[in-house]
Amino acid sequence: MPIHVEQTAGQVSIQLSGEIDHHGARSMMGQLEDAIAARMPTQLTLDLSGVTFMDSSGIAVLLRTLRQMEQLGGTLRVVRIPPQSRRVLDAAGVGRLVTLE
Amino acid sequence: MNIIDQATVAFSSRSANEGFARAAAACFAAQLDPTLDEVADIKTAVSEAVTNAIVHAYPNQLGRITMRLRLLEGNILEVQIKDTGVGIPDVAQARVPLFTTGNEERSGMGFTIMESFMDKLTVRSRVGQGTTVTMRRRIARRAGAAR
Repeated sequence: MPIHVEQTAGQVSIQLSGEIDHHGARSMMGQLEDAIAARMPTQLTLDLSGVTFMDSSGIAVLLRTLRQMEQLGGTLRVVRIPPQSRRVLDAAGVGRLVTLE
Repeated sequence: MNIIDQATVAFSSRSANEGFARAAAACFAAQLDPTLDEVADIKTAVSEAVTNAIVHAYPNQLGRITMRLRLLEGNILEVQIKDTGVGIPDVAQARVPLFTTGNEERSGMGFTIMESFMDKLTVRSRVGQGTTVTMRRRIARRAGAAR
């Protein structure tokens, strides 16, 4: 499940794609962690438009990414969220912790 | 409540089977002519239940997971996910949002998602004998649909 990274100054945008379940979450977390550590962004945008399915493993991915950004003193926002992913995030109240657009 | 149709699949507790279980449940549910949103809800709830069994029921070995799908009278889909693993010592605690004994890929929101996306959730577990999760979801009848 590859991720696509774009960087402009301190802002990094990462596009996630495919199915985010427990089977793929560990690999995705590792890729995200490496991408963030290599670029040290002040603002990270996660684009979920290519995500075809997400369960609560996706919540774990977002919360781990949020913690990493907080440790860097940066911010995280999540954009272009497909309806199924949005329902999962809303059911879990993730919008209280992460900016969902 | 009359059983109109039933299918059972069994698979090993490998994480690669999470996608298989979602697809199998969606295929069975297709006879109810669900909307895309209803299919997505069913797949999400199945994914949570199966992942729980894979992560928690058989911590140090592979085990067998059985998924029984039923179409009940009244346009109701019933999904039962059963394992014969270690069991849950405290089901009430396990159902509390954010509670997890799992690793970093788990958020502790699995049961919360199942409750949100299905109409009814029942969890039965005995330590050392396994866990059975049963979920029901009524699929809305659509105008003009043949039954």
